[in-house]
Amino acid sequence: MTLIADAFLILGALFCFLGALGVVRMPDVYNRIQAGTKAVTLGSLALLLGVGLHHPDWWPKLLAVGLFILLTNPIGSSTLARAFYNAGVPVWNKRRPGP
Amino acid sequence: MNMGTVDLIVLALLGAASALALLRLWIGPRSPDRIVATDTLAVIATAMIVFLALLFDSPLYLDVALLYGVLAFVGVIALARAIEGNRT
Repeated sequence: MTLIADAFLILGALFCFLGALGVVRMPDVYNRIQAGTKAVTLGSLALLLGVGLHHPDWWPKLLAVGLFILLTNPIGSSTLARAFYNAGVPVWNKRRPGP
Repeated sequence: MNMGTVDLIVLALLGAASALALLRLWIGPRSPDRIVATDTLAVIATAMIVFLALLFDSPLYLDVALLYGVLAFVGVIALARAIEGNRT
């Protein structure tokens, strides 16, 4: 059980790292927002699952935190992307790179 | 608290993730890039606070993580509204 929990902890931290790497490497605001949101949400949920496997009596609070992240993070980033698009932030195109 | 190898690896990965998000916050060409970096950094910080609860063996930090998530979400929605203007 401890081995599975440690595997989930490392997986979650790795996905958080990859999401942050995507935020740095992607060429556009919209690419950055989707890389950051999806990978970091998955990483946070895996890390919460690992913590819950280590301490089984913390499940209710961990479930609250996980459900909150799972519900609000995509809503927040979708709202941000729509606000950027409505405000006229340019969309990256391969033929004319750079906004 | 006794830190093993797994804890060190997880802390190193989360610290590197925070450093990368802070790098985007630093060099972001325009303000939307910085807002995206702040959003990512808030979720990484929430995960890090949950991991600190495991590390310090105290469930009080879970409440701190939940409150931090709520405040980050409210801040992101307020920033989106401020960018979009009074269009709705």
